[in-house]
Amino acid sequence: MAVKFIREKWFYLLLLAVSLALPLVITDRYIFQIIIMSMVFSIATLSMNLILGYTGQASLAHAGFFAIGAYGLGIMTKAGLSFWLALPAASLLSALVGFIIGLPTLRTRGSYFAIVTLCFGVIVYIVIGNLVEITGGQTGLLGIPLPQLGGLVFNTHKSQYYLVLAFLLLTLFVMHRLVYSLLGLGFMSVRNNEALAESLGINTFATKIISFMTANFFAGMAGGIYASLMGSISPSVASFSHTFFWLVYLMLGGVATLAGPIIGAFAIPVLMEYLQFLQEYRLIIFGALLIIIIMYFPRGLMGGINSLRDKLSKAYKLRKTGGKDGITANK
Amino acid sequence: MDLFFQQIFNGIMMGSTYAVVALGLTLVYGILHIPNFAHGHLYMLGAYVSFFAITSHGLGFWAAMAVSVAVLALLGIVVERVVYRPLKDQPHINSFISAIGALMILETWVIVTWGPQAQRIPNPYPGAVELLGITMTQQRLLLIVSAMVLIILLQIFIKKTTPGTAIEAVAQNREGAMLVGINVDRIFSLTFAISTGTAAIAATLVAPIFMISPAMGALLGMKAFVIVILGGLGSIPGAIVGGYFLGIVEALGGGYISADYKDVIAFGALLLILAVKPNGLFGKEVA
Repeated sequence: MAVKFIREKWFYLLLLAVSLALPLVITDRYIFQIIIMSMVFSIATLSMNLILGYTGQASLAHAGFFAIGAYGLGIMTKAGLSFWLALPAASLLSALVGFIIGLPTLRTRGSYFAIVTLCFGVIVYIVIGNLVEITGGQTGLLGIPLPQLGGLVFNTHKSQYYLVLAFLLLTLFVMHRLVYSLLGLGFMSVRNNEALAESLGINTFATKIISFMTANFFAGMAGGIYASLMGSISPSVASFSHTFFWLVYLMLGGVATLAGPIIGAFAIPVLMEYLQFLQEYRLIIFGALLIIIIMYFPRGLMGGINSLRDKLSKAYKLRKTGGKDGITANK
Repeated sequence: MDLFFQQIFNGIMMGSTYAVVALGLTLVYGILHIPNFAHGHLYMLGAYVSFFAITSHGLGFWAAMAVSVAVLALLGIVVERVVYRPLKDQPHINSFISAIGALMILETWVIVTWGPQAQRIPNPYPGAVELLGITMTQQRLLLIVSAMVLIILLQIFIKKTTPGTAIEAVAQNREGAMLVGINVDRIFSLTFAISTGTAAIAATLVAPIFMISPAMGALLGMKAFVIVILGGLGSIPGAIVGGYFLGIVEALGGGYISADYKDVIAFGALLLILAVKPNGLFGKEVA
């Protein structure tokens, strides 16, 4: 156990070192841009994973909350507020809207919840497109200032990379703490069997609300970071195709794992770069992938790796103990 | 007052489309328990098949509709086989995710084939009729009348014919239906074919009035879900009444309150009503 722990620790340290050193190797602006966007969408996908993967409630309003964060930050920073105040405020706004919307919607179950959240996403899209005085309507918000820290303006790709990396690590840290806490177990118990969870004394409704608000907080945060890095946003950030993309990332990477959403959010955009000639057919591939994954690999890439690792370690144990003990140990 | 009647008329017209599409959806969602989220996209494809038949092959309006119904009925069977049947015994939400995959494929397929821009089917009946100060084109009247005929025919089919009663039997008790010798798989295929075929009729009737575009299915599909949930899952009268009701409310809201927020009405109503009754107006529990 200890050996495994140390080995895993080294693995994660190595991963961190690689991600910190990455800007020294990569100089291409275009690739940088893709990596930065993948990291922003990793945060969005991670937050979707919390409500969909761990809590089992398929919220399809995710792009709507992303947009609330993006517009919240855009409007606040344009009014002169600092990025470091506007970002938490925009994320909190997103979580607050999540609370208000969660109260009625989280009482519904299964596909009802999916439909009703999708409907809310469309409402956000329409409202943003029509509130011309506040959101700029279809033209959107232009000239959102870049984040600043003291005298440092995050105007180079390198600095932006580290900024987003810090937020991604923060999100991962919070998700890790949350998922492995008692509350996280509560999330999973709601997913696995809501009636049983309730009979064990878990307040399932409160659990779902907490998960939904936390997920929307981070979705809003991802939106805020996106807005400040892009400098301009339009109502299309709320479009449900964003939600569907994140769903593909999540399902492919591995639902209800922490690494899965990040792997998905990186793998697909990078893959698409190599498949430029298929650009038009991109969504056909996404759609087919989604169907194949949900049918044959419902736990995605990470789920596959995990079960493979379990099998290997079982076989390894079996060989080491000469068969007999291994089997009983596993029983 | 003229505006009022004009809006009511427009509402009934849109409501006819909603009613037919929601009726098809309630058959598969309410009776087979398949959340066919691609229903709106199949409707959109129905319009495009008609468009293709009319503009590329010079078919007449009704012949094109027949082709569209045949193609879509077949496609409905294929979609059920490929997208939903392997997930039959799994939670609803898996079918829902699978449906999202299907609709991405359908929409992109149409965009790649016919382009993202809107297209127009030539209007076969452009004449206008003036009645009580309301202007109505013949095509709009045709849509209303055809939808009513279609709804009545479907009712007769389900209540009076053997395949129709078999569908009802499967809806009531799947195991029981198997016991009395009903081939449930075949009923699934049949129901899907009817559902997508009627969507194709609705799409073809509406196509000459509005432009057709690859995005036309998404909103309509969501509205159909709203109607089905509010009207009661699997309830055929609920889908019909709900469809006309939503059409009229939207037209009045669009005419008197705000045309920009017309689409918000349906979705807002769903949120509000589910806040009070989480299982829908005539709630049945869903898995």
